[in-house]
Amino acid sequence: MAKELSTKHVLGIKYLNESDINLIFQTAEQFKEVINRPIKKVPSLRDVTVANLFFENSTRTRISFELAEKRLSADTVNFSAASSSVKKGETLLDTVNNILSMKVDMVVMRHPAPGAHHFLAQHIEANIVNAGDGTHEHPTQALLDAFSMREKIGDLRGKNIAIFGDIVHSRVALSNIFCLQKLGANVKVCGPPTLIPQHIEKLGVGVSHNVRDTLEWCDVANVLRIQLERQDIKFIPSLREYSRYYGINKKLLDSLDSEVLVMHPGPINRGVEITSDVADSDQSIILEQVENGVAVRMAVLYLLAAKRK
Amino acid sequence: MMKKGRVILTKERFQLTIDRLCRQLIEQYDDFSDTCLVGIQTGGVSLSERLQQRLSQMLDMPHITSGKLDITFYRDDFRTASKPLSAYPTEMDFLVEDKNVILVDDVLYTGRTVQAALTALNHYGRPRRVDLVSMVDRRFNRELPIQSNYIGLAVDALDKAYVSVEWKEKQGEDKILIFENK
Repeated sequence: MAKELSTKHVLGIKYLNESDINLIFQTAEQFKEVINRPIKKVPSLRDVTVANLFFENSTRTRISFELAEKRLSADTVNFSAASSSVKKGETLLDTVNNILSMKVDMVVMRHPAPGAHHFLAQHIEANIVNAGDGTHEHPTQALLDAFSMREKIGDLRGKNIAIFGDIVHSRVALSNIFCLQKLGANVKVCGPPTLIPQHIEKLGVGVSHNVRDTLEWCDVANVLRIQLERQDIKFIPSLREYSRYYGINKKLLDSLDSEVLVMHPGPINRGVEITSDVADSDQSIILEQVENGVAVRMAVLYLLAAKRK
Repeated sequence: MMKKGRVILTKERFQLTIDRLCRQLIEQYDDFSDTCLVGIQTGGVSLSERLQQRLSQMLDMPHITSGKLDITFYRDDFRTASKPLSAYPTEMDFLVEDKNVILVDDVLYTGRTVQAALTALNHYGRPRRVDLVSMVDRRFNRELPIQSNYIGLAVDALDKAYVSVEWKEKQGEDKILIFENK
């Protein structure tokens, strides 16, 4: 087993290999113990400064990263596009270079443009962690999803995992597909034809438009949010209709032969893609995902900092 | 390829040394009430488990509080170490608040591991007293003012030498070896 990440940045799951992912999981297990202690802090990154650059809204991911950084004793600076010079017309590279000249070692960034992180990686020295780039990737979410699944059902090799909902607008879906496949799981996506990207089967995933059949097939159901803010045209006739044909409810889950583990990366549209009785049931591990998010992000930051120059 | 090491403590004397350390601890801590053993991952855990086993036999007490502490996240050299460090599990299911803590490590060398362990230990409360037990004390190689209270074997060696404690559970035989080079 590798003791060091193969990359300097975490731009996407696509650029990590299986041993990187397992190293992150192994380290995250130790950090999970740390965040359950009475004093939830270790001094590992006391000499590291991290800039959290959020060019797009976020609650969960930003707080999760910030907590991860604080629990590693890193110094943090926060930036959100709404209150910055970006509004005055500054370019991304200028903004970041200005921040880096204040001696920042690591950048955690969310940006609406797919590939923004790749562009930055070519121009700056600091380690970059992708906290979501447009509809492209959201690697730490995929890592925490897989970590949470592994905790519940063990090794993912040969397991059947289905991703439900708005696949076409979802960076979580793409990162999940890459991550789960690297860990040897079988992946299927399920949703209305308008929300499944064309040619997605070329990635080696199954495609289904039938929620019941897919639930019967899978061990884990990762349900995604309908991203209304990214839909400039109508992809579905109405939320009510979506909920009726593609929503997951308790009655449907109870009628299955085996128990399916239900996940959701949040924020939940209660009553649309998932009903409240499912979201709050014993089958759902939504809040465990959030807890694991901090541990996994601590592991990613720690391992990047530990990577020798 | 590392040269073959020289045995400096055989398995017979190894056992005697463990027994002596246990007796010294009993002399200090009597029945081990309010006292816990904390082994530093990984070598210290092996010694701590062995001490716990032997102490339980000697005192006829099946349960002596003990934990495992990993100090990887507390090291001052994790970004500059010559090889990457991997973390091991920490298992501390008790608080050390107002307890006597017997910190256990296999080799006391520069003292940096112990310094990190003392910081880590603080996160589990404020101990009444902390003692240090080490199987090997390389007393001329210290970089910090840290001393062991209970010593298995004092070894005077050059800085480039390497001392290794082997365990029958792990390597097949209890012994201590010295190698000319790290």
